Amino acid sequence: MATLEIRDLHVTVEADNATKEILKGVDLTVKQGETHAIMGPNGSGKSTLAYSLAGHPKYTITSGSVLLDGEDVLEMSVDERARAGLFLAMQYPVEVPGVSVSNFLRTSATAVRGEAPKLRTWVKEVKEAMERLNMDPAFAERNVNEGFSGGEKKRHEILQLELLKPKVAILDETDSGLDVDALRIVSEGVNRVRETGEVGTLLITHYTRILRYIKPDFVHVFSGGRIVESGGAELADKLEDEGYEAYTKGGVSA
Amino acid sequence: MAEAQNIPVGSTTAGQIAVAAESTVATRMSAPPSFDVADFPVPHGREEEWRFTPLERLRGLHDGTAVATGAGVKVVVEAPEGVIVETVDRDDARIGTAGTPVDRVAAQAYSAFEKAGVVTVPKETVLTEPIRIAVHGEGGVAYAHQVVELKAFAEAVVVIDHTGDAVLAANVDYILGDGAKLTVVSVQDWDDKAVHVAQHNALVGRDASFKSVVVTFGGDVVRLHPRVAYAGTGGETELLGLYFTDAGQHQEHRLLVDHNVPHCKSNVVYKGALQGEQAHAVWIGDVLIEAAAEGTDTYEMNRNLVLTDGARVDSVPNLEIETGEIVGAGHASATGRFDDEQLFYLMARGIPEHEARRLVVRGFFAELVQQIGVADIEERLLAKIEEELEASVA
Repeated sequence: MATLEIRDLHVTVEADNATKEILKGVDLTVKQGETHAIMGPNGSGKSTLAYSLAGHPKYTITSGSVLLDGEDVLEMSVDERARAGLFLAMQYPVEVPGVSVSNFLRTSATAVRGEAPKLRTWVKEVKEAMERLNMDPAFAERNVNEGFSGGEKKRHEILQLELLKPKVAILDETDSGLDVDALRIVSEGVNRVRETGEVGTLLITHYTRILRYIKPDFVHVFSGGRIVESGGAELADKLEDEGYEAYTKGGVSA
Repeated sequence: MAEAQNIPVGSTTAGQIAVAAESTVATRMSAPPSFDVADFPVPHGREEEWRFTPLERLRGLHDGTAVATGAGVKVVVEAPEGVIVETVDRDDARIGTAGTPVDRVAAQAYSAFEKAGVVTVPKETVLTEPIRIAVHGEGGVAYAHQVVELKAFAEAVVVIDHTGDAVLAANVDYILGDGAKLTVVSVQDWDDKAVHVAQHNALVGRDASFKSVVVTFGGDVVRLHPRVAYAGTGGETELLGLYFTDAGQHQEHRLLVDHNVPHCKSNVVYKGALQGEQAHAVWIGDVLIEAAAEGTDTYEMNRNLVLTDGARVDSVPNLEIETGEIVGAGHASATGRFDDEQLFYLMARGIPEHEARRLVVRGFFAELVQQIGVADIEERLLAKIEEELEASVA
């Protein structure tokens, strides 16, 4: 069973000629089939955790370890991590001018699966996945994220999630900027992937709204660069009622 | 990557849009156009038209010391039936009718060439196969003149292919009769040491269409100067360019579209990628809308993708408008670095770095390549881009 183990992770970032520590000892284990929600106020380091796991060059790991099925993720390049089974649905997906969605998806699937998918089954697979996400077929001919609305970008991220079938999916504020309809469609996509029981999900969010659609097994409160409280789904209800004030006192977070 | 911008007429930009009574496009040249090399002083490098060019690498084309050698370039013309292919003497009346040399090297080429090539497509002849002009450098110095004339309502595609090693200065005239349609693809696929300086003059007839595709990959120094003027109303021009500038190469494209008559259109799109130390691309895009040219519709764009440190781009769009009675006029110039966030996004989907780079560069050029409309050239270009990228990954 696939397991992602994060142990005492410390991460810094260079900003304004100074080194700032953002993550201050994160411990978390995500197993296949589990859904963990990471909730926290802005600036608490949630997105830094997501991007550090994916290997964004902006972040420097100063100590700690990340293992995926016992393999050292931190030793892997960004593309190796993806091929090992890590997937990051980004909060702000990047435009890639001149590269069509269909070309991108096929190139990506070929890389992750280790061989080019058979064309006939692939076309069908993409078409059906797009239909489930209420995406117009013409979408496949557009350039990656170019001119996409906020909702289209997020649906495109979830489309990739469905096609790439990772072991561990990190969803970085996938709910932000979505109206209720788009949130429902995107959440249904995530749930389809979860229902296979083959993915561990790390759902990073500022709001409890998405948790009405995607039920987490565990909720972790993130503040000041680490997890300060963990519990079950009931912890989200508490956050809904009380907000993050209890965790941000003492000025550890911006 | 920085986005290309639409810049409204009259606003300030990195280039210039001048609404002027007097043409600076013409006056900023250091001497008026002339067929005689003696009318141009030897450039010293600080002149506006020479300031980006490494004169010391022109192998004497600019100062009269480059003497034509026997084995300069070998020219082979393959033309479909119906096309007239001639080699003519200097006094042929068709030579020099599309434009006049505007700088010292063009005038040197005009003063020094011995025989000119003339390709003529007769009236109303529509070719289905391209005319191919292969210019192969044999290692020497050459001065050349080529004329391509399409009579009224003729239609043709001409591919001029430059390969091998040479020091070449040339003038190329394109004369389009009324209603003629000419697509010219000039490929600079030179060996590393070649030096190529040329002025292209197109004179576009009434209701005629001229499409120029300039593709520059090779050479030590390539400096091309495509120029367009109109002989009648209703003419349309499309100038497309693509360059891939490697370490140490100087590739300079200077364009002028002179809207000298009413109701003509022009569209200019040049895109380049650069990689390696001392790779230097220069793009000068001059568009002049003369007072008489009411109803003009023009747009020009230059985009550059800088793939590595150490490369340099100078991009100067310049739009000069002497009448306000136009349909549209705009320009854009953008130079962006290879975007690390794009790379991260693609790699985060499992795509290895070299493949991600290839996707982005292919994407950058793809739209332009598709507009060429000559299938074998499109394929060759894509293959060439792959080859350049392989070299950069290695």
